[in-house]
Amino acid sequence: MDFLRPASWEEALAAKAEHPTAVPIAGGTDVMVEINFDHRRPEYLLDLNRIGDLDEWEVGERTVRLGASVPYTQIMENLRAELPGLALASHTVASPQIRNRGGVGGNLGTASPAGDAHPALLAAGCEVEVESLRGRRMIPIDDFYTGVKRNAMEPDELIRAVHLPKADGPQQFSKVGTRNAMVIAVCAFGIALHPGTRTVRTGIGSAAPTPVRARAAEEFLAAALEEGGFWESGQALPPSLAQQFAQLAAGACNPIDDVRGSAAYRRHAVGIMARRTLGWTWESYRGGAHGTKGGAQCA
Amino acid sequence: MRVTFTVNGRRQEADDVWEGESLLYVLRERMGLPGSKNACEQGECGSCTVRLDGVPVCSCLVAAGQVEGRDVVTVEGLADFARQRAERGGCAGGVCGTGLDEAKRWAAKPAAEEQAGGQSGGPGELSPIQQAFIDAGAVQCGFCTPGLLVAADELLERNDSPSDADIREALSGNLCRCTGYEKILDAVRLAAARGESRTAGQGA
Ligand code: FES
Ligand code: FES
Repeated sequence: MDFLRPASWEEALAAKAEHPTAVPIAGGTDVMVEINFDHRRPEYLLDLNRIGDLDEWEVGERTVRLGASVPYTQIMENLRAELPGLALASHTVASPQIRNRGGVGGNLGTASPAGDAHPALLAAGCEVEVESLRGRRMIPIDDFYTGVKRNAMEPDELIRAVHLPKADGPQQFSKVGTRNAMVIAVCAFGIALHPGTRTVRTGIGSAAPTPVRARAAEEFLAAALEEGGFWESGQALPPSLAQQFAQLAAGACNPIDDVRGSAAYRRHAVGIMARRTLGWTWESYRGGAHGTKGGAQCA
Repeated sequence: MRVTFTVNGRRQEADDVWEGESLLYVLRERMGLPGSKNACEQGECGSCTVRLDGVPVCSCLVAAGQVEGRDVVTVEGLADFARQRAERGGCAGGVCGTGLDEAKRWAAKPAAEEQAGGQSGGPGELSPIQQAFIDAGAVQCGFCTPGLLVAADELLERNDSPSDADIREALSGNLCRCTGYEKILDAVRLAAARGESRTAGQGA
């Protein structure tokens, strides 16, 4: 095994071009587990810790450019207003020690359906900035996940940042697990209201081969909100509407039975989380007391 | 490969490090610092918790090569680390940890016989959080203790009067099979209370 230690982004791209099989390591929270357990013996490890740029974020007028290695702890502490959904999801990642090291770049690179950031990234709608010596490209998050632990990146590419729109409405995240800390999601759900465009976006984790959106549920809800004039009136949503949204969200799942939960349970739980998170975000939109600022809420 | 980094304020070198090795392995097997414990090697238990550039991390998930030139504090250096922090008057300047000058002056703990009688402020004395764990009966088999001490000490450095929720959150990455956690919570509360009365006494 060789340990590559690029001191700059350009050096990292050059190293990745020369050794496309090199495994990037930043927080190490996925890679080191595989190495410790001898599940993986990469020929090259490509350490990204020295590239300071990856730990930085920039809040622009409309978007946030989030470096691939910005630790979840920093997202929770510094970007709660701009990226409420991702901040909530970040808070459910493993433990403080893990959140101090891990960032969204790792979740995206691994592309496990259980990665906690995915539902929030899908719901916010974002672009992943990847680069190689051949050039830079922005991959829309909707095109990023291509299969079980597969993504749309080429072997010579590295993830540099994620560009997320600043929240224009309430966002929520919910996750099912056996306890609060140190839990791989049984399933998870993220929702973002976008009053600016009168749309709603969602993300589902751990309930399909890849992280997915519940598109039918989003379209149904957007149409129902529009037709009922709910965006203007800010009226409470009828339970039947939330119920239909929940059913469609559950229908977007394509889960498996595994040690963490059965397919039937996952489908059911995603429906419940869809209904509840819709309720929380809508109450917040209406100016109710329960907003995204309150952090995790028990339902 | 060779890895050079600062451990508890002292520059250390490890040779013949395998590229896939963890910081935990280097500390325990190459530097003879077995305080950080290896229980799961997958970030689940927190018994390997150390400070990396001041930040609590699972040393089993840090590749050895990633610590080149960086600063690590383990439970073996916790008492010294806490003492230096206290002497500098807490975290006021935002610079916690061991400065370069202090690092150069760092001395290893003397052998057991030399520390007998050296009660006040000398090396070998326990940090406040270590003393509180003993006084509160928060240690049973002790396997989880080093990781908990490092995590709890960092909590109190950031937040000198944590709520129970703060304590639970800060220690949520540390598993204990023995105590049921209640005494561990007691210990952290005790250390916080002692810290407050100490600063109150100083009129700080
Ligand atoms: S040994 Fe590192 S977290 Fe368990
Ligand atoms: S005291 Fe035995 S594991 Fe905590």
